[in-house]
Amino acid sequence: MLQTVSGSRAVGETQLAAYRCMVRARLLDDKFAALYRAGKIHGGVFLGRGQEALSAAIGVSLNKTDVFAPLIRDAAGRLAFGEPIIDAVRTYMGSALGPMRGRDGNVHRGRPQEGYLPMISHLGAMISVVNGVLFARRMKGITGIVGAACLGEGATSTGAFHEALNQAAVEKLPLVLVVANNQFAYSTPTSRQFACANLADRAAGYGVESHSLDATDFSACMDTIGHAVARARAGHGPQLVVANLLRLCGHGEHDDAGYISPEQKNSSLGRDCLKVAEEFLLNKKLADAAQLAVWRSEAIREIEEAVAQAQREPTPDPYEEKWSALSSEHLNELREES
Amino acid sequence: MSITYLEAIREAQAHALRDDPRVFIYGQDVGAFGGAFKATKNLQKEFPGRVIDAPISEDAIIGLAVGTAIEGMRPIIEMQFADFSTVAFNQIVNQASTLFWRTNVPCPITVRLPFGGTSGSGPFHSQCLEAIYAHYPGLVVLTPATVEDAYSMLLAAVALDDPVIFCEHKFLYYHLKAEKLPSEALPIGKARIAREGRDLTIVTYSAMVHEALAAADELATEGWQVEVVDLRSIKPLDTDTVVASVARTGRLLCVGEAWPWGGVTAEVIARVSAESYGLLDAPPQRLNAKDTPVPYHPNLWAAHRPTARSVAAAARKLIRF
Repeated sequence: MLQTVSGSRAVGETQLAAYRCMVRARLLDDKFAALYRAGKIHGGVFLGRGQEALSAAIGVSLNKTDVFAPLIRDAAGRLAFGEPIIDAVRTYMGSALGPMRGRDGNVHRGRPQEGYLPMISHLGAMISVVNGVLFARRMKGITGIVGAACLGEGATSTGAFHEALNQAAVEKLPLVLVVANNQFAYSTPTSRQFACANLADRAAGYGVESHSLDATDFSACMDTIGHAVARARAGHGPQLVVANLLRLCGHGEHDDAGYISPEQKNSSLGRDCLKVAEEFLLNKKLADAAQLAVWRSEAIREIEEAVAQAQREPTPDPYEEKWSALSSEHLNELREES
Repeated sequence: MSITYLEAIREAQAHALRDDPRVFIYGQDVGAFGGAFKATKNLQKEFPGRVIDAPISEDAIIGLAVGTAIEGMRPIIEMQFADFSTVAFNQIVNQASTLFWRTNVPCPITVRLPFGGTSGSGPFHSQCLEAIYAHYPGLVVLTPATVEDAYSMLLAAVALDDPVIFCEHKFLYYHLKAEKLPSEALPIGKARIAREGRDLTIVTYSAMVHEALAAADELATEGWQVEVVDLRSIKPLDTDTVVASVARTGRLLCVGEAWPWGGVTAEVIARVSAESYGLLDAPPQRLNAKDTPVPYHPNLWAAHRPTARSVAAAARKLIRF
């Protein structure tokens, strides 16, 4: 059954918007992987392959005035939240014109003042920052907004996760905490990560509502995430969403993921959510094969143009770099050790 | 009428709350209870909705503060004891201190750390952590030694666009009194000559300023004029004022209540030695706490940290070099 996820959109429109972000994200990730193998990207490349349905569902369920703290496998959600592809490409390529200006790279990008928070590497650490944005907006009398924080199942083992979810519950903040349980935290399987039957069971201990879903199922992602976001927006407090899937790639492109067994890959969790989404759209007659092909080729063109543009742009210049970490410039210690 | 160091901190917070609607206070027991040391006494009643109790979650407390700063607020965070800020270490040194550098969005948060030893407080309620925070780029670290500075520097901290680690010494909370609150102050980043002298410079900060001044009194009876420099701010560090003092005296003793390894005293000596070697008439010396956790019993505690007596002894030795 189709549902209207975002109030103003017609039935089906949101699904199509989500799908288009999934395709763009998949192709963008493929491009980054190719650039990585060609030695054109410094540092790591982290793909969202297999997680696009979940991620896109989050992005399209949010409004521009909401708050979004994606994690490393959320290219689709970032695009759906409104990130231009050029921001992603510039950050991976280290362009001086990107949002991070070559100071940080790859998935560590965002525009905080637009409610789009750039992750630090320490897992669980972004949740309380989302809480803070929501908290401040409530103090300013802004209502009807939601903040989504993304993490993997590994991050649920951190103290930061516990502190922040409890904090959100105590403050009854409109937080949607989406845990993508992709079965491995880097190489560590869930059996070495937690001992409860379902991470969603933990919600009761925090006094928050919970939702579980099969994240290979595009329709389930759209419905469940849409529902959780609507519950948070309607004032029902934090929502813990646990989404099950399998990572269809390594932790990063440096990792061959030899620890993922063939049985897991061939199980229903190993389905490719992008193919599931395409079948869904075709079956529901929301799009035909020709339309899907057009979107795919449009995405490829958009990505190629962005990469070509970023490659022509200036790289950061160490002689122009300010080398100061303080906003209060008069307090910077300008002393050069020589 | 007189006002204590602790009351000055409360008054500065009241002042900041009154003057700036973006300011709020968040921390454990800061609300109706008024804080473990009563530094926020009656503030919740006076400023409803702006003095907010937090769960015992130091990491999430700072994370939340950063989020509010992104939204343009100016949170004042009370860590109940500086020692517990290590639970928030990640959010302070990786989230707050890097935000501006990464994103060009300032992070104006003030983290109040009630720090330093008091008799009977033991290993986990006595620590001096200024050096580890000063080590990280993107933080301002302040250590007021007087009632006046506690007040004016806290107001300055809240007004700064950067994260400030505000180290307020618990030993000074009740002991130190002033007649009135100041109407003007030295800017952040400037050290202060707490006492003038010509024979030896003691560079120190926070509670140790008073131990150094007492030592200087003692040495004055022996005919020695000791200059005491109160750093006020650990980061930035006012090397110019320190070097100017050493130029007058030719001798440098650095005193810190923190542990010795890689701390503020080491930094001051490194800078003076590297930049002003020719001004020194004797090898620069330092005096710190012993390299053990802070002990509980008063006999042990008094011997663990520098005191007026041990400062005077170190100064005598250096003068006679």
